[in-house]
Amino acid sequence: MGIICPTLVVMTDMSLEVRIPTILRPYTGGERIVEASGVTLAEVITNLDLSFSGLGERLLEDGQLRRFINIYINDEDVRFMGGLAAPVKPGDSLTILPAVAGGSGATIS
Amino acid sequence: MTRFDSLAHSVGRTPLVGLPHLSPSPDVRLWAKLEDRNPTGSIKDRVALAMVDQAERDGLLRAGSTILEPTSGNTGISLAMIAKVRGYKLVCVMPENTSAERTQLLQMWGAQVIYSPAAGGSNEAVRVAREIAAQNPDWVMLYQYGNAANARAHYEGTGPEIFADLTSITHFVAGLGTTGTLMGAGRFLRERNPEITIVAAEPRYGEVVYGLRNLDEGFVPELYDEGVINRRFSVGPRDAVARVRELLNIEGIFAGISTGAILHAALAVGRECVAEGRTADIAFIVCDAGWKYLSTGVYSGSLDEAEDRLDDQVWA
Repeated sequence: MGIICPTLVVMTDMSLEVRIPTILRPYTGGERIVEASGVTLAEVITNLDLSFSGLGERLLEDGQLRRFINIYINDEDVRFMGGLAAPVKPGDSLTILPAVAGGSGATIS
Repeated sequence: MTRFDSLAHSVGRTPLVGLPHLSPSPDVRLWAKLEDRNPTGSIKDRVALAMVDQAERDGLLRAGSTILEPTSGNTGISLAMIAKVRGYKLVCVMPENTSAERTQLLQMWGAQVIYSPAAGGSNEAVRVAREIAAQNPDWVMLYQYGNAANARAHYEGTGPEIFADLTSITHFVAGLGTTGTLMGAGRFLRERNPEITIVAAEPRYGEVVYGLRNLDEGFVPELYDEGVINRRFSVGPRDAVARVRELLNIEGIFAGISTGAILHAALAVGRECVAEGRTADIAFIVCDAGWKYLSTGVYSGSLDEAEDRLDDQVWA
């Protein structure tokens, strides 16, 4: 993806990596990739919020994924994998992204 | 029947071609719907024609009317062609960091271009277009993201055409932008085969594109109904470029970059079918050809270079 982590993320046996979008990096001290653990997406988010206070509230609203937040497990949208109950395993890669408009063709500078 | 009363009448009825070399196995076959074979070279000709036809039926468009649309790409080019032959004016709102080819193509067909700030991309073009529409109440904004005629063009055209050519279809894979293709063709195909898997391939852009977004001001097209889709993949520029080159080098099909993202998702589900020992007929959309993207330089050189070139671009 061309995203190069500025600092080494030490992965423990049970951990997975979570890619944080720019707009949420104030919560992670500026880190692009952080480590988290859990066996479901809900657990991962809970654990993320314990490490980075306030992050969970930016992802969830009334116990649901926020409308304009997309989360992908290994490039697949979690909304089609069981949502917050989607299973995750060590070594998985989670990507959090804001929803954007598309469908208009390339804009090229 | 290859004779048509006018250029607009020739929209659609595009070929579906097999990919004998890229298909994962003889039992898991890929089929490409060549939408670049439309009059202006993209699938958006179907959408533009359907939206203009509907606006005419609704009495919104009359001779000399002005159409306004936020678009940086194919929809604008398609609307410009339809507007030209139907006698309308077209004003396109597009991000200021759009390629010279795009402005040239739009102006060739007589469209006026208004630029929106580069920061914010398509979201910003939509916002600016809404402001302009408010100031010009006699202009008609067709608004592809929320226009039911967009999805209906695919429900009545793209979907039935694919099913007529491939009744054994098991998977349909298309890009997720306005969501019109997936909503329209997806609904039609599921009605014919309730077991079909509808797969969305969403372009994943570079940091700059997302970095500008306020999470409370995100954008989900009004047409989007996630109930139509079974799986949704996020595909980055590196994978998209790698696949679009494979399509050219292995099957001889010269497609635009967004088609590479769609092929990447199609191959992912195809390989799963092989691993699970299932047979599959996977149809995917070739949105347009590669001509408009030559200036990106991504058809040659290393994948690292291509990835860098697309890093801050809205490439699909």
